[in-house]
Amino acid sequence: MAQAEGQQHPIGVYLQIWGLLFVLSAASYAVDYFGLEGYLRWSLILLFMMLKAGLIVAVFMHMAWERLALVYAILLPPALVMVFVALMTFESDYTFLTRGIFFSAGS
Amino acid sequence: MAQPDGLQGIVADWSSDQRAFKNIPWGKAMMWIFLLSDTFIFSCFLLSYMTVRMSTTVPWPDSSAIFALHIGGQDVPLILIAIMTFVLISSSGTMVLAVNYGYRQSRKWCAFWLLMTAVGGAMFVGMQVFEWTKLIVEEGVRPWGNPFGAAQFGSTFFMITGFHGTHVSIGVIFLIIIARKVWRGDFDHARPGFFTSRKSNYEAIEIMGLYWHFVDLVWVFIFAFFYLW
Repeated sequence: MAQAEGQQHPIGVYLQIWGLLFVLSAASYAVDYFGLEGYLRWSLILLFMMLKAGLIVAVFMHMAWERLALVYAILLPPALVMVFVALMTFESDYTFLTRGIFFSAGS
Repeated sequence: MAQPDGLQGIVADWSSDQRAFKNIPWGKAMMWIFLLSDTFIFSCFLLSYMTVRMSTTVPWPDSSAIFALHIGGQDVPLILIAIMTFVLISSSGTMVLAVNYGYRQSRKWCAFWLLMTAVGGAMFVGMQVFEWTKLIVEEGVRPWGNPFGAAQFGSTFFMITGFHGTHVSIGVIFLIIIARKVWRGDFDHARPGFFTSRKSNYEAIEIMGLYWHFVDLVWVFIFAFFYLW
């Protein structure tokens, strides 16, 4: 059996990432505080969200140091959720249009 | 035995006749599989939220104003949620310290940071209780309707934050149990586990940490999509 080893890394790495997560959280809060709107707002929210999620998974959850067999087994399946997102976008657009037609005909 | 890396490593690991996940404790691999299934649950919640929000013809309530607090004579938008986010990230940091001190066999510091993490989690749940109370009692938000706009706001809000809060609460209980075991020295003396009779090992702290960071991770997505969007 392969020898199981714990993930041990210098504490400084964690503290830096911790600080970075605080900065990114403050940045995403600032997006709302300063009332940014439209595509700028949405792209900044997504950017800060992905950076935070990536740092947590890669460093705090040690994915950056794990073997690829585990990394791919865990991180690829959630990527397929994007297909589901695309499906539901079409579905809700269709529902929205149908409701628009139905409610305007009723009034 | 040397193990190949890269894509060749994936093929070698998955086609080997022993175990696909090399170099990691089995419990850790199973925690990851559980977290993967939990990812799908929260994905489905956030997706159904996206679907109802995109398909409603009624304007969506302005979360920035709803979650504002009146501080120093003015409304600060979304401030409660921002504080909750900072508390949860802080507790993720203390969890990392607990894992680190655990592997260094520093029993007392490990237990201390685990308890600090539990305190952070409990504070988060406490603020969530305050938030829910404010919304239900003062604002009159219900799963089937609210005074601000689209009725689906209430149902998705209670479902998503409720499920996340449950995860945090379970995590706090989990943390206190592990902290007690650390304090008692179970991991130093490899004391057999209560249910499994397997020898206790400081790996358990890292596995606990995976769960706790996952709870923080889910909050990152809820914060972005539900509160900020």
